[in-house]
Amino acid sequence: MLEVRNLSKSFRGLKAVSDASFEVPEGGINALIGPNGAGKTTIFNMVAGVFAPDAGKIKFMGNEIQGLRPDQVCAAGIGRTFQIVKPFAGLSVLDNVVVGSLLRSKNVSDSKRHSLQILEKLGLGPKRDQPASSLTLPDRKRLEVARALATRPKLLLLDEVMAGLRPTECDQMVEVFRGLNQSDGLTILLIEHVMRAVMALAQHIGVLHHGVVIARGTPEQIVRDPAVLECYLGEETEI
Amino acid sequence: MKKEFIYLGILGILLTAFPAFAGPYALSVATLILYFAYTGQAWNVMMGFAGQLSLGHAVYVGVAGYVAGGLFFHYGIPPFIGLVLAILACTVYGLVIGFLAFRFGISGVYFALLTIAFAEFTRVGFDHLDWTGGPGGMFLKVAQRDAWDLGNFRGPPLMYYYAILFLTVMAFIGCWKLLRSKPGYYWQAIRENEEAAQALGINSFRWKMLAVAISSAMTALSGVFFAFYYNNLFPEQIFGINRSIELILGPVIGGVGTLFGPILGAAVLTLLSDGITEGLAALGWEIPGIKQVFYGIVLLAVIMFLPNGIWPFISKKLKLHA
Repeated sequence: MLEVRNLSKSFRGLKAVSDASFEVPEGGINALIGPNGAGKTTIFNMVAGVFAPDAGKIKFMGNEIQGLRPDQVCAAGIGRTFQIVKPFAGLSVLDNVVVGSLLRSKNVSDSKRHSLQILEKLGLGPKRDQPASSLTLPDRKRLEVARALATRPKLLLLDEVMAGLRPTECDQMVEVFRGLNQSDGLTILLIEHVMRAVMALAQHIGVLHHGVVIARGTPEQIVRDPAVLECYLGEETEI
Repeated sequence: MKKEFIYLGILGILLTAFPAFAGPYALSVATLILYFAYTGQAWNVMMGFAGQLSLGHAVYVGVAGYVAGGLFFHYGIPPFIGLVLAILACTVYGLVIGFLAFRFGISGVYFALLTIAFAEFTRVGFDHLDWTGGPGGMFLKVAQRDAWDLGNFRGPPLMYYYAILFLTVMAFIGCWKLLRSKPGYYWQAIRENEEAAQALGINSFRWKMLAVAISSAMTALSGVFFAFYYNNLFPEQIFGINRSIELILGPVIGGVGTLFGPILGAAVLTLLSDGITEGLAALGWEIPGIKQVFYGIVLLAVIMFLPNGIWPFISKKLKLHA
């Protein structure tokens, strides 16, 4: 469904992403992991249309989407969340989601109905009339997901939505994503530091280090890969 | 929502019946209040809803006033035709400013500076036009104050009062509808966080342009009203930065982004300004500039204690949803 080919991006000579390739099959849950500064969010931002890549191609459902604007990428069927949450602070929780839902709704009352369903799914139903600025961080993360889901995406990009959640909250989120994947057929690509979530969710993992994809495989393969262990834990040395 | 409609209905009836028991002075104050309320509402569409700060809104008042006033003055073209051209001119002008700003990513204070710049060079330009009378001003023929001549928008003060009341009511209803429909949601999303709005599929350029178009078209109507109510136009006065500031004080004091804020703010400020003048005259204080000092102190107090404006505070006290 999503195909990333030889993607590169530099910022003032610093190579953030270099020649990265991977794909996300339809209906799959894939993860992109890597240490801080590995270039994960940069890849996300290129897919989501925030920056145009210096080189490489991004194909979504057969069409090239590199260089499109963020709103065009969203209209094409890709929803995203932000690592640093960006709620519409002055609007109510419900209205935040309504804004997303309006993209593919006939009218405001339709999108309100749709938004309420999504809020229920994410456990934000009771807080729908609060201003978004009053939410705690875990709730803001849920709101990010709710808003992105409201645009009815075919592919959902999740940028560290588990960070800052307690383990039980994290497990709840994992359940939500599993449900969306299984019942609605939503394809998911997540960037994540919380390995508990990655291991529980991802069918396929790509590991990024210094902007280069150093390993790809199933979770079981990844945890045994020496290159991955080296970048996460340091090189093994004989004493 | 019920309680709000009842209050609005009472207010509507009071305003409609107002001329029956008001003297000429009270009527002119009320007309001025409604003029600022309407223009503030127009500005509020851009700043309050879409978050684009315009500090040069006087430019639309001026351009529209000169277009409709000039056509009437030179060729006798009735203002209801001039009005259409004035709206067209202001909308195009607004879209040009908007295009320059939004295409090249000018936002926040830089956008505000751009709007000031446009207002200023328009002022200078009009000072050098012969057609408008230049700095010497343009004077429309003062009409018979007791004869109604609706076709030429000439008549007694009563006519102007009802005309501006009608505009204010229409603007209120229009803005209320807009806020509850797709444009309102999209504008507020852009105001709160443009990047997040774009990620939800909103083409922020297009929606900001729409806000500018609606706001400038609405302001054009105030310009036409201004020209035919006051019958004189000077570039220095109509395009000046102090005029732009004066227009936005109402919504700022009343509550930016609220529907009732511009109306309340305009009423508070106009009554305050006239009240201070009257009060000082009664006390016999004839110190130059003292009126401005009092006015400034009150503004300062409102901004310090009610930074979101007066209306959000009152609507919370009355438990209203508006």
